[in-house]
Amino acid sequence: MNGWSHHLIIAPVLIPLAAAAILLFIDERRRVAKAMVSLVSTMLLLAVAFILFEIESGPNSFEGVYLLGNWAAPFGIVLVLDGLSALMLLLTAIVGFAALVYSLARWHAMGAHFHSMFQLLLMGVNGALLTGDLFNLFVFFEVMLAASYGLLLHGSGPLRVKAGMHYIAVNLAAALLFLIGVSLIYGTAGTLNMADLAARIPDMEADRRMLMEAGAGVLGIAFLIKAGMWPLCFWLPTAYSAASAPVAGVFAILSKLGIYVILRLTMLLFDNGPSAGFGSTVLLYGGMATLIFGTIGVLASQALGRLAGFSVLVSSGTLLMVLGINDGAVSSGALLYLVSSTLTISAFFMLIELVERSQDAGANVLAVTMEAYGDADEDEPEEGEGVTMPGTMAILGTCFAMCGILLSGLPPLSGFIAKFAMLSAMMGTGAIGVPPTAAVWALIILVILSGVAALISMTRVGIRTFWTSLEGVVPRVLVIEIVPVMFLLALTLFLTVQANAAMQYMDTTIRSLSTPSLYIDAVRNAIVVPGVDSELGGGDH
Amino acid sequence: MEIILSIAIGVMTSCGVWLILRPRTYQVIIGLSLLSYAVNLFIFSTGGVKTNVPPILGEGASSSMLADPVPQALVLTAIVIGFATTALFLVVLLASRGLTGTDHVDGRGDKR
Repeated sequence: MNGWSHHLIIAPVLIPLAAAAILLFIDERRRVAKAMVSLVSTMLLLAVAFILFEIESGPNSFEGVYLLGNWAAPFGIVLVLDGLSALMLLLTAIVGFAALVYSLARWHAMGAHFHSMFQLLLMGVNGALLTGDLFNLFVFFEVMLAASYGLLLHGSGPLRVKAGMHYIAVNLAAALLFLIGVSLIYGTAGTLNMADLAARIPDMEADRRMLMEAGAGVLGIAFLIKAGMWPLCFWLPTAYSAASAPVAGVFAILSKLGIYVILRLTMLLFDNGPSAGFGSTVLLYGGMATLIFGTIGVLASQALGRLAGFSVLVSSGTLLMVLGINDGAVSSGALLYLVSSTLTISAFFMLIELVERSQDAGANVLAVTMEAYGDADEDEPEEGEGVTMPGTMAILGTCFAMCGILLSGLPPLSGFIAKFAMLSAMMGTGAIGVPPTAAVWALIILVILSGVAALISMTRVGIRTFWTSLEGVVPRVLVIEIVPVMFLLALTLFLTVQANAAMQYMDTTIRSLSTPSLYIDAVRNAIVVPGVDSELGGGDH
Repeated sequence: MEIILSIAIGVMTSCGVWLILRPRTYQVIIGLSLLSYAVNLFIFSTGGVKTNVPPILGEGASSSMLADPVPQALVLTAIVIGFATTALFLVVLLASRGLTGTDHVDGRGDKR
């Protein structure tokens, strides 16, 4: 990767930033112009993410390191592209694109600055995926969070403001924990560059190591709040189900971002030396608790939005447990599960709004529990204009059934393949001929049970919505609303057909992640562009 | 110097934690502000507490005569971001007060 393509690494940050800035200058009433700018930016992002993914999945893939401001590695901030970040970039671009197209039907006109905030959210996520510096990670996290606060409140209404207030308070506290963790790590290790940190941690003195591990623990809590580990997850189902449909659709990637950072940092920093395997017990048992809590929540949910919110927790719990096992083969199955479940949950959030459109708000919910959620007096957005979808109920029903199959992990879709890859790898953990430990058996049982719970819940809701619907009103669904949902579900179908290639990519990614020296050497040996005065660039935080 | 700084951080953190657990939104926001002050002081202190030394590397300067510039840069960023997000939270707080008629964090406290 050299020449112009090297500069593509920074494009996922620059494109949405430029688009967001341009969007601020366009008057709020010129909706078409705003939508076009936003759409073009997101399509460019999709193209760039695809090119980067192609480069990484090619035969001679390597870590692409981009020195910001042309400062050598530990002194300036670096952006690092490897297999994992390329995969996550592509996933973000896909989910973002689908949610944006969906919002164009009517949601984007429900409040001011939707598109600017949407682009800034994408910028924050992409930056957090690419950066190789802990404090820069904090900055990108804050960009993403600030945009997500605005997006969660998009559409307004008492329910959203209440959920938004809790969401903001929790995330502000989490940001403070993030800062404490980062500064403890800087105070003990003397560096914020992830690669430099990974190189220094194995030979740290014992007294400093203790403080560093405390810092890493505090930092971990901040990401676990984002990922929704029990008992840090009570805000999540409320916030996600209160958000408007396209926003909830793109929020599906945010909890996976917490998982991504935990995966990246544990595999990089705690690979060898006395701190090896730091925190994996917490991840294992915390993940189990999350999975149990999420499963109970899925079974207990009466409203579809909360069902989807608890599905996020189920998927987070599964991933956290797998990170706790810290086994290569299981992790590559988990990466496939991450991709598949993000696509599914994103599609499911957007589908819910279409399905519920035909019914009274909370028609399926008992009156008593409805009261617990707060008053449902939010204003429905006005009907958008455009072509309505023919055969609406058949298509909605098919999409709903696909979501059910994917969430419960039944064959033939990618949810099954991902779970199968994880479970079969779990069976094979440990030495050959030795049966898996009790904790792994508990994991296997929990994963299967969570699938059954999802199946029960989805069947129950599906029967009530599609077969015994009292009103019998067919919802008015526009083509551009259902197409993004179908696009995401079609991708899971594609993932099923191409499962072999996908698994190979995940295997390669996990293999290079479990050799942190690759990452460290790539960052340390990154060459400064000669003949450019780095004083001009400046590498400040 | 270290004692004073750590006592200040400790007092502010404990007040902040107590306040964000209170049921009124105004108490929560003051609590978050206090916590962010404590965290900012904490970041500042991670470079080692030194008085009267510049963070600039000059000719013949030794590391004992030098303050670590990185925490100073970090704390500036943290202050700016903390300030912006607190302001944003304040707006949401006002919106919630307007919509529910109460300043309880759940929007359903006793209406006074």
